[in-house]
Amino acid sequence: MNGEQTLLDNEDRWVTGMGAWFPGERVVFRGKDLFNELNGISWMGLLLYGITGRSFDDKQLRLFEGIWTICTSYPDPRLWNNRIAALAGTARSTAALAIGAATMASEASIYGGRPVVRSIDFLFRARELLQRGADLQDVVATELKSCRGIAGYGRPLINADERIKPMLALAEELGFGSGAYVKLAFDIERVLLQGRWRFKMNIAALLAALAADQGLTRQAYYHFMVLCFSAGMFPCYADALNKPEGAFFPFRCDRIDYKGCSRRKWKSSLKTDEVKQ
Amino acid sequence: MSSDKETIRTRIWDEVPEPDNPFAAASCYCAGFDVYGDLLGKISWVEYLYLLFKLEPPSAGQAGLLEGLAVAIANPGPRDHSVRAAMNAGVGGSSHAACLAATLAVGAGQAGGAHEVALAMDVWRACGRDLNTWTGHLSRTPEAEQADVWPPAEHPPGFDPRGVSCATPVRRSLEYLSVRSDGDNLPWLQQHRGELERAAGLPLAMTGVTAAALVDLGFDAPQGEMLCLLLRLPGAAAHALEQQGYGYKKYPFFKDGLDLINDPGPVPRGDGRASR
Repeated sequence: MNGEQTLLDNEDRWVTGMGAWFPGERVVFRGKDLFNELNGISWMGLLLYGITGRSFDDKQLRLFEGIWTICTSYPDPRLWNNRIAALAGTARSTAALAIGAATMASEASIYGGRPVVRSIDFLFRARELLQRGADLQDVVATELKSCRGIAGYGRPLINADERIKPMLALAEELGFGSGAYVKLAFDIERVLLQGRWRFKMNIAALLAALAADQGLTRQAYYHFMVLCFSAGMFPCYADALNKPEGAFFPFRCDRIDYKGCSRRKWKSSLKTDEVKQ
Repeated sequence: MSSDKETIRTRIWDEVPEPDNPFAAASCYCAGFDVYGDLLGKISWVEYLYLLFKLEPPSAGQAGLLEGLAVAIANPGPRDHSVRAAMNAGVGGSSHAACLAATLAVGAGQAGGAHEVALAMDVWRACGRDLNTWTGHLSRTPEAEQADVWPPAEHPPGFDPRGVSCATPVRRSLEYLSVRSDGDNLPWLQQHRGELERAAGLPLAMTGVTAAALVDLGFDAPQGEMLCLLLRLPGAAAHALEQQGYGYKKYPFFKDGLDLINDPGPVPRGDGRASR
């Protein structure tokens, strides 16, 4: 039980290669001078450099930007994360609170964070197993049994994904349409369609495959996707903010479908009902 | 209301509208109790908290235990990571909601936070009060069943990876809560703390006491995680407001704290001198 040594070693000292601000002078960003060596870099390039420490070429950056623009930012205020931004607008909260809360909520189970992490994780594990001689049918069947589904296949509400066609078109245009992980993602879909499961691929599997083909790790891909929904959130917040306050999908009292205990009286032993004389 | 309208299905809350406005409630019922016609003035805050989560009134013992727990974890103090997050927001003049959101984000974690408590509650469910099961469990590195947004666990939940011995506030909280619990887990933890700490190689943490108390209160892990998030807000709010008042100049910045291992140095100017 000597865990305090880690704290003693780090007291007033943070060893880092990530960067620092030299007030009034310069900024170092992962070992490079922000105003000189990184001068002219695009926002997407800087984001990915911050996440991975790697520099990507223009085609790769177009691919990553396409992932965000084509696939993840729908300005529909009914979608779970966007609805939080819209509710913040109708309740007259701030833009940063709206976008922050909607971004936090995007780390969800039925969409966003968990499918992002699990889809790329499955592709990595599946490829490793195949390279060791496993049969894809068995890999898929085992995953379905242990995880009760495969991240990236099947979709809440509907089974087809309208984003796959335009995303694949962009990937092919850029020369990224037939990478090893993209092929694997489609091979998995073929197995799932042939079996009794009838799961079609959704965009999570294709995006994970494209990112994996570019060498992103599971963590890097997850971090890259954290802000991916943000472009759709601002319109939802602004729309609700610019309309009358409280007007976003109001509920009247009788829209509550109560399924609980019937009416009853409280019996308490605590003396909290004394009134000052 | 037409029957094809979408509704909010709930076992917690019912409302009766005002006669003049279908969007305003005249009466609100929580688990069958009239909130403004009956509960207000009779129910304590922790009783109401328990009722909201469990949909039944707590016993006097359960209410007392939850009250004690709420005090024990209301303020981990200004050195705690989650409180520091709130104070950081405060000194920068961020919105008050941002202060609390910062506390929730940091205090949600697996090192002293609410998710650690939930993981520790899972351990209580799996191991019960069987010392051998606990010892076996604590000797293994916990692994997630699936890849997840949560990072892999780095220490047994409920124990302090940076501790030397069980801290006095943890021991005192355990002593106080264990004699007030209607359940069996807190007293068992009080009795076997030493053996569990030896098995874990780490001292018991407040998250471990909290998990045992929440299991004794009959909460499941998601309820426990929510309550931990909720109950840690008072201290963070007070500290954030205080630091907002003092301002950033009186708050640590770690001016000489960074040790940059890959500094390219100032870029030379055209005249050959550094740009300093």
